[in-house]
Amino acid sequence: MSDVISTDVVIIGAGPCGLFAIFELGLLDIKCHVIDILDRAGGQCAELYPEKPIYDIPALPLVTGADLTTRLMEQAKPFKPEFHFNQMVTSLEKRGENDFHLTTDGGLEFQCKVVVIAAGGGSFQPKKPPIPGIEAYEGASVYYSVKKMEALRGKDILIIGGGDSALDWTNNLQPIAKSLTLLHRRDEFRAAPDSVGKMRALVEAGKMQLKIGQVTGLKGEGGVLAAATVKGADGASFDIACNAMLPFFGLTMKLGPVANWGLNLTENLVSVDTAKFETNVPGIFAVGDINTYAGKLKLILSGFHEAALMAQQAFRYINPGERLLFQYTTSSTNLQKKLGVA
Amino acid sequence: MAKITFIQHNGSEITANGVAGMTVMETAVKNQVPGIDADCGGACACATCHVYVAPEWKDKVGPRNPMEEDMLDFAFDVRDNSRLSCQIKVSDVLDGLRVTVPEKQF
Repeated sequence: MSDVISTDVVIIGAGPCGLFAIFELGLLDIKCHVIDILDRAGGQCAELYPEKPIYDIPALPLVTGADLTTRLMEQAKPFKPEFHFNQMVTSLEKRGENDFHLTTDGGLEFQCKVVVIAAGGGSFQPKKPPIPGIEAYEGASVYYSVKKMEALRGKDILIIGGGDSALDWTNNLQPIAKSLTLLHRRDEFRAAPDSVGKMRALVEAGKMQLKIGQVTGLKGEGGVLAAATVKGADGASFDIACNAMLPFFGLTMKLGPVANWGLNLTENLVSVDTAKFETNVPGIFAVGDINTYAGKLKLILSGFHEAALMAQQAFRYINPGERLLFQYTTSSTNLQKKLGVA
Repeated sequence: MAKITFIQHNGSEITANGVAGMTVMETAVKNQVPGIDADCGGACACATCHVYVAPEWKDKVGPRNPMEEDMLDFAFDVRDNSRLSCQIKVSDVLDGLRVTVPEKQF
């Protein structure tokens, strides 16, 4: 077990609202660690719509999800946030007044005074295709991500999908697989042309197979897969023999462990007050899409406002008894020093 | 105004009034049609508003656009008449449209 990371605030979620929370807290000299399940910052802006234009960010008539993320990262940079990616917060425990303890599925442990949940639609998790009986094979034969390549050595592998994950793993696993089949619903791929080219060359060389169709059922025993039944483009069914199957259908958002932290929820959203955006547990705040209150709008700009007000109360918890002086970045030398511009 | 009927997996039907300019997905969400999740809110970024267009309406609804075709890779049990309902604009021509909602959007 690693050492416990001690900090003022842990922000759960590195989407736009989590990133702006770093800035607002930073102006008040509050230090943040940020945890996210994805491998990079941006949340939905990075995962769901990096290239799509957003038109309702104040003063930015048009900005893409990726660009907005880059700008927020730049804005947060002076405050030296520390990011922990590919980590899902699995437990959050209150051990005392302003003493919270968090653990992640990657084995990290945090101790902090304030927790900010900025987890958007919840944690991104792989989509599980609703193939009848698939649950029985999960773990032993069906994998939604590759944790250890070695576990797949010598297997008859079936990869499903047409995006980058499917094509990258096809090309990476082919050399160690006993056999490998890529299955996709059409003979066109969203993945990078380079990896599609590599895959086609492997097919050409007879080193793997490409099949067009969709899985309708699974065959096997005792959790071990023997074959997948596929409906081809012409409507005819056939079997693909395999003992490992990797479906890559993108990610979906699930509330996940947040539901188990003793917070008041309303329809799977975290209830907060509208003065401090604090949950029913003092010291735990929720900002952005994951919270709810009367009049809530799921807009990035609303999350920015929520982060600013949250920071005021977080300051009081972290610096009990200290007076909080309200200052503007336009005129305060103090704030400008923190931003590295004065 | 165009009446749009959403047929659930179990055969039950909900008919909603679609307003020209809105999408079929928005019509479903506004009328609380179960099974149209629309996680991304209409950005053609999630494939959770997948529907099957009734065969007799397929021509009037028109073909999929390339972005939608890509996004349908994330849907389950895609058929010839599969569409993402956020990419179908309601118009008077579609008055009487019938679409079936899949068992699960997943």
